[in-house]
Amino acid sequence: MAMIETRGLRKAFGAHVVLDGIDLSVPEGTIFALLGPNGAGKTTIVHILSTLLRPDGGEARVAGHDLLREPAAVRAAIGVTGQFSAVDELLTGDENLWLMANLYHLDRREGRRRSADLLERFDLLDAAKKPVSTYSGGMRRRLDLAMTLLGTPRIVFLDEPTTGLDPRSRRTMWQLIRALVAGGITILLTTQYLEEADELADRIALLDGGRLIAEGTADELKRRIPGGHITLQFADLHALDLAARTLPATARDDDALTLTVPSDGGVQSLRAVLDQLDHAMIRVDGLSVHTPDLDDVFFALTGHADTSKGHA
Amino acid sequence: MNSFSHAVRDSFTMTGRTLRHILRNPPAILGALGTPVFILLMMVYVFGGAIQGTGTSYINYIVPGMLLLTVIQGTGMVAVRLNTDMTRGIIARFRTMSIARAAVLNGHVAGGVIGIMASLGIVIGLALLLGFRPTATTLEWLAAGGMLMLFAIAVTMLAAALGLVIKTADGVSSALFPLYILPYFSSALVPTETMPWAMAWFARNQPFTPIVETVRGLLLGTPIGNSAPVAVAWCVGITLVSFLWARTAYNRDPSR
Repeated sequence: MAMIETRGLRKAFGAHVVLDGIDLSVPEGTIFALLGPNGAGKTTIVHILSTLLRPDGGEARVAGHDLLREPAAVRAAIGVTGQFSAVDELLTGDENLWLMANLYHLDRREGRRRSADLLERFDLLDAAKKPVSTYSGGMRRRLDLAMTLLGTPRIVFLDEPTTGLDPRSRRTMWQLIRALVAGGITILLTTQYLEEADELADRIALLDGGRLIAEGTADELKRRIPGGHITLQFADLHALDLAARTLPATARDDDALTLTVPSDGGVQSLRAVLDQLDHAMIRVDGLSVHTPDLDDVFFALTGHADTSKGHA
Repeated sequence: MNSFSHAVRDSFTMTGRTLRHILRNPPAILGALGTPVFILLMMVYVFGGAIQGTGTSYINYIVPGMLLLTVIQGTGMVAVRLNTDMTRGIIARFRTMSIARAAVLNGHVAGGVIGIMASLGIVIGLALLLGFRPTATTLEWLAAGGMLMLFAIAVTMLAAALGLVIKTADGVSSALFPLYILPYFSSALVPTETMPWAMAWFARNQPFTPIVETVRGLLLGTPIGNSAPVAVAWCVGITLVSFLWARTAYNRDPSR
C-alpha cells in the first residue's frame, strides 16, 4: 500500500513556479529520498504533504487520507523533523519531550515511559536536564527526531535531517533513520547529499526546478547513464601499446601506464575485456572498476553538477 | 476525549510552556518590572515634592498609573515570545501536529496574562512599602483586579497580533512603542485638567484614562463617573478586534 501518493502536485509563489506537476508513490515501510539542489522544491513538497502549505493544484493522499479534505487525520499519522531544528531552546530536553507527550495527549505514565526510552535510544540521557540552548547540532537533531517519534507516527518526513552536521553525527542519524524503517515507519527524506540518498533510500527521485527528472533505485539510476569504466594497469609501454591497439580505449596515460575502457561495471563486460587481452596474450598488472555514482547521474540528467558544492 | 477537551488540554499545555519560558528568562522579568518600579521611585522621591494638586498624596495618585504601565511592559515580552516562536522551526512542528489550532495563541496570551498579574502583585507590594495607602474594600480590590485583568487581556491580545504580523523582534518593539507611551498622555501620571486643551481632549478620549480612573476610583475612592463602562467597553473592543486579527495572522499560509 502506498503511504504517500501524489498526482500532479503544483505550487507557485506568485509568478515563481516551485512545483510543476509532481507524481510520487511511496510504499509502506520504505525510505523515499527526494534529491535535488537548493531551490528544487524539496522543502515545498514536505510542507505541502505535512499540511503546512496548500497546493495550487493536484491531489495527494497521505496515510490513506486526502490531504485537503482530512488534514487532521493526516496530521495524526505523520511526524515532521525539519531542516531547522523544531525544538524549544529555552526548555530542557526532558521538558521538550514532556511538551510533546502532552500535545500528543499521552497519559502521564505512558509519556514518561516513552520519553525515557527515547532519551536512552538517542543517547540524550546525560543531557536531559540541560537546556537545549547548550546542545550541539547533532544533539538537537536527535532530540528533534525523538520529539517527532513520541507520537508514534506512521510516516516521518525528514527534511534535510543531516544538513550542517559533522560526519560522525551524520552517521549516527543514519543509523537512527534505518532503525525507524526496520520498525515499519515510512520515511520521506529530502537531501542535497547524493551519498545520503545512496546510503539510506530504497527509491530516489531527482528533483530539479520543480520537476521530477528521474526516479528509481540508486542502482537503476546509475545504470541509466554512461560514465562507468575499467582502468587497466600495465607493466611497460609495450604492453600498453598492444592493449591500446586491441581494446576500444577512451583514454591512455603513458606515464602511469594505464588505459581506460568504457564499461557498465558489470561482470560480463569485465570478462569480455579480460578475454580480449588473453587472446592477444597481453599481461595486465592490475585493474580497477569505476561504476557511475549519483553525482554522475545528476550531472548527466541536469547538465549542472552536483548539488552540495556551490550553486545556490 | 472530544475536540473541545483536547483544545482545553492543549491550551493548558501551551500555557505551562509559556510560564516556563517566563521563569527561564530573569533578565526579561527584571526588564518588564524595571520601568514601572523606576518611574514609581523617581516620581515619589524626585518629582513628587514638586507636583501638587492631585487631591491625594502623589504616590496614591500615580500607583494606579504604574499598574497600567506594568501591564503594558509585560505585553512586550508576549509579542517577542510569539514572534520568536513564529520565526523558529517550532511553530511548523505545532502546525503539523494534531493539536487544537488556537492552543498556541491561547498559551501565549494566557501565560502572558498570568505573568502580568504576578508582576502587578510585586509592584503593588512595593508601592505599599513606599507609602501607597489604598482605601479599597476586599470587593473593590477584586473589582480593580478584574479591571486590570481585562486590560491585561486586551493589550496582551493586541501585542500577540503584532507579534504574529511583524517579521522581526526589533520590528515588534517599534510597533509596540505607541502603546508604551500612551499612558504618559493620559491621567496616569497627572490629572488631565493640568494639560493644554488639545492634549487634555486627547487624554480624556483615549482608552487609558477611563481605565486608570476606574482603577484609581476602586482603590482610592476617587470619583469614577462613567469611566468604568467606558473602560470595560474599550477592553472588550480591543480584545475582540485583536483576537480576530491575531487569528487571521496565525492561520495565514506561511507562503513565504
